Amino acid sequence: MTTELNPRAIRVKQSSPVSCISAVGAALLVAFLISAPSWIDRGHLSLLVEFFYFLALAQMWNLLAGFAGIISLGQQAFLGLGGYVVFFAAMRMGWNPVAALVLAGVVGGLVAVPGALIVFRLHGAYLAIGTWVVAETFKLAFSEVKSLGAGSGISLLAAVARAVRIGPFSRDTVLYGAALLIALLSIVCSYVLLRSQAGLALTAIRDNEATARSVGVNSLRIKLLVFVGTGFGTALTGALIYLSKLRISPAAAFDINWTSYMIFIVVIGGIGTLEGPIVGTLVFFLLRQYLADLGSWYLIVLGVVAVVVMLKMPSGLWGTFAKNRDISLFPTRRRLFLNADEYADPGKLRA
Amino acid sequence: MNGWIDSILQGVMLGAIYALFAAGLSLVFGVMRLVNVAHGDFIVLSAFIALWLQRITGFSSPFLTLILLVPLMFLVGYVLQRVILNPAFGADILRPVLITFGLSVIIQNGLLQGFSADSQKLHGGKLEVASIALPGGLAIGVLPLLTLGVSAAMIGLLQWMLYRTKLGRALRATSADLSTAGLMGVNTSHLFAMAAGIAMVTVAVAGVFTGIRASFDAVSGPDWLIFAFEAVIIGGLGSLWGTLAGGLILGMAQTTGARFSPGWQLLSGHLVFLAILILCPRGLFPRRAE
Repeated sequence: MTTELNPRAIRVKQSSPVSCISAVGAALLVAFLISAPSWIDRGHLSLLVEFFYFLALAQMWNLLAGFAGIISLGQQAFLGLGGYVVFFAAMRMGWNPVAALVLAGVVGGLVAVPGALIVFRLHGAYLAIGTWVVAETFKLAFSEVKSLGAGSGISLLAAVARAVRIGPFSRDTVLYGAALLIALLSIVCSYVLLRSQAGLALTAIRDNEATARSVGVNSLRIKLLVFVGTGFGTALTGALIYLSKLRISPAAAFDINWTSYMIFIVVIGGIGTLEGPIVGTLVFFLLRQYLADLGSWYLIVLGVVAVVVMLKMPSGLWGTFAKNRDISLFPTRRRLFLNADEYADPGKLRA
Repeated sequence: MNGWIDSILQGVMLGAIYALFAAGLSLVFGVMRLVNVAHGDFIVLSAFIALWLQRITGFSSPFLTLILLVPLMFLVGYVLQRVILNPAFGADILRPVLITFGLSVIIQNGLLQGFSADSQKLHGGKLEVASIALPGGLAIGVLPLLTLGVSAAMIGLLQWMLYRTKLGRALRATSADLSTAGLMGVNTSHLFAMAAGIAMVTVAVAGVFTGIRASFDAVSGPDWLIFAFEAVIIGGLGSLWGTLAGGLILGMAQTTGARFSPGWQLLSGHLVFLAILILCPRGLFPRRAE
């Protein structure tokens, strides 16, 4: 008796009824968020901008660490680089600031290629600290550039800040739209990537790199793709952040805290899921709302929560919630189903 | 010419501190393949505890605080490994990295809360300014020279412990094959905790020596972790004497860089590290394949 399964007897499915409902819900939510600038006040609008860029940063770090196994502690290198590129292009090269945002992303992606060649020589925990060294090198190098204000930084010219507008839309609206777009893109791109063949390979690498390579997965190529892609996205987000902050300095732009926040969000929400960073960003802002006045206590609480989550529920809030419920808002897992009619006849199950 | 010799000499003295930072990191990596991201913060914590101990006990020299600090830090390392890190230990290195990263943030902000953001310094009395004159108008401080001696002795002791004692043999066996060592009756979680405890002893010594030589504050830890890490990688993973050499090379890179411009001190250290990573990724003195 052969043990090979009849291919017609099984189907591979990714979506589920829950994910169909969530797709409709997500569409409604996005429509609601697009209309926000017309009825929300400025303070809440800028809070939303911040929410979106933290969500985007966390989602990209999740893709790196949770799926590609690249634990980077140096994403602030891309973030700060993006900020500086947008300032330089807008003030020294006369670019339109909105176009300079895209340029910042492209520069981030280009820098990621040689960056990967250096840090990929290290593995695991050592890669983590290696990326941090690269980010520190960026910080020190930008502190030496006199035309960009050296160590004390540089402010965006008022004329340039006013030029952040598209047609009838004001600066606030443009920044809000860009932040929303970047957050959505970070989710959609991750989702599309993970459902593609490359995503299957990534998941295989995450679960066991040696085995994945033994069945022919080119792990280096896929890791490079993710590193360059997130380099692009993180630099783009950094450019947006500093276009809204109006002032940049090496100490702030290349601060390890940017990466700390990404890590806390992803770990608390649930690493290795697309829902995790969304839950994590909500928790992050909720905690901040109540604890921000406490200064360093806020970071102590975040650190303790992250350590406890890593110890007691490593799959985070979302992972723990979804574990036994088979719920996935962004279904990327491939699930096997047996076809009912084929299954009814056990003889047919085997070819 | 004398200036250059002086820079190199000062670099060696500075590098001795970095080797002291790196000794514990190198040991833990050699045994557990782990990196404690909070390593630098534990050095800062030790320096602050020494400061506090000196204040409450009235010890005349900060070196005397080591009598209390060394057992205390050993205990901290042992308990930390046994209670927090061992349960998270496994094929996936993500959890220990992120847990120690979380600890790093907790320690930094805890110190900010407890000791404010002010720079502090341990006061070593006359020893701090004593120096030995060399021919050619050069001089070497007694304290830096002492640091170099302690640093080399520490590395030598770790090497002896790892290759000449029963504990070291069990540590090497566990490092080579965790499950087989367990089958042979080695209590691996106790051993890992011992290694972490010993690493913390080096951290305590590093904290006191650094605290006398230079000022420190609550957020000095990440810089110190990075110097320690660079020394380990330059020297070659898993090689303790390589780590000492790596520390000295990093120190010399920084002091010669500083001759061009003060801003170049740290930058040139990082650049030398990156160049070595590109040219010989296994470090300058990698451990032979076993």
